Amino acid sequence: MASQNLQSVPAELSPEEQEREAAGQAYFDRIISEDSRIEPRDWMPAAYRKTLLRQISQHAHSEIIGMQPEANWITRAPSLKRKSILMAKVQDEAGHGLYLYSAAETLGQSRDQMMEDLIAGKARYSSIFNYPTISWADMGAIGWLVDGAAICNQVPLCRASYGPYGRAMVRICKEESFHQRQGFEILLELSNGTPAQKQMAQDAVNRWYAPSLMMFGPPDDDSPNSKQSMAWNIKRFSNDELRSRFVGMMVEQVRVLGLTLPDKDIRFNEETKKWEHGPLDWNEFKEVLAGRGPCNSQRVERRREAHESGAWVREAAVAYARKQAQKENAA
Amino acid sequence: MAPHGNPEAPASAASEINREAPKVAATTNESTTTKPASGPAVTSHGATEETPWSLWEVFVRSSRGLSHVHAGSLHAPDAAMALRNARDLYTRRNEGVSIWVVPAEAISSSDPDSKGSFFESPQGKDYRHATYYTKSEGVKHL
Repeated sequence: MASQNLQSVPAELSPEEQEREAAGQAYFDRIISEDSRIEPRDWMPAAYRKTLLRQISQHAHSEIIGMQPEANWITRAPSLKRKSILMAKVQDEAGHGLYLYSAAETLGQSRDQMMEDLIAGKARYSSIFNYPTISWADMGAIGWLVDGAAICNQVPLCRASYGPYGRAMVRICKEESFHQRQGFEILLELSNGTPAQKQMAQDAVNRWYAPSLMMFGPPDDDSPNSKQSMAWNIKRFSNDELRSRFVGMMVEQVRVLGLTLPDKDIRFNEETKKWEHGPLDWNEFKEVLAGRGPCNSQRVERRREAHESGAWVREAAVAYARKQAQKENAA
Repeated sequence: MAPHGNPEAPASAASEINREAPKVAATTNESTTTKPASGPAVTSHGATEETPWSLWEVFVRSSRGLSHVHAGSLHAPDAAMALRNARDLYTRRNEGVSIWVVPAEAISSSDPDSKGSFFESPQGKDYRHATYYTKSEGVKHL
């Protein structure tokens, strides 16, 4: 197996262990071929565990970091209603992060370790959250485009072969549809407002369009892990397939908004029956992913600050719990 | 557009990529040690030395008349906090009328490796199902 750094499997296996490994692999293969689900205590290949752990923890980190670009507008939301909605949405993102951390934990990684990796700048998260939110209309564009792309990506993940991941995704997808609709509504209202408001909405769509397409990951011929993930039934569709579907949906919806997508190359290919879009700047994607996006250091710094400033609360809660337990024992 | 006090308002064009290397790694841990010692604030030790909150499994009764069903898990220092956290995490949309939290370590489960033998006994006992009895087909109310 390519990597075994997550399980302490000794290099040399005894015949007995080899037999157990072989039986485990056979069982695993059967479950996957039946399109059934793997559960935490099942035997699984080390590489499967590693792939899932990477994907789920990155996904969790994305939800947690994703709170920041939107939290940026809570104090400046245009009305009390919008403020309440935005707070509910940011709270949902926290919830999604927690569901996913729980799922990742079932693979044997501690939550503290994941948090450490994130605030040490070692863990990756979706590149989209490293872009700044400079106007209120960005709340609309994030909901409509970014959450829209996320839903497109996440609906098939509800059927991921790893049970805890699929279950977390079901819960998340249920909640995401509110996110996308509220974003759409923000844009629609701005679009029907004054010319300046409409321009603000268009500007936000222009800025978030390409980064949201890049959320689906690199093109298929440059996505080394995709094939294996699909063979394991973790991913169900390729990056390009999902991206093309997303473009098709956005083309329809942007008309209702009375806005345009900043891409003159969008067309429906009658031959392949797929939507096509203009070229994307994959160098920018790689730069942002490598930590050189507009807000990378700010996002991680803020998370670290929150985590460390909250340490005394977590410690106090433990101390209180300990004291209460002692009292109970004494009584 | 310069919204009041927006820390993310662009110093440069928004689409411009910051070519500077991230400063995150360089400032590791320094912020915690330089803080004034007011209140029970952060001590010099890192987050890894904190006592970890234990894991709880959460069960939610979605409405009266139904059983509690496993919803997920969370970390909390004690049962009271676990309940509050569970409420915030698993019932933000009226998903429940009652919650159970159980320390994960208190749950015993069957061994997944012996699932074959453990669940063997009902196999081959089709006669425990109503569908086994076919002679009564077509007879009403049976």
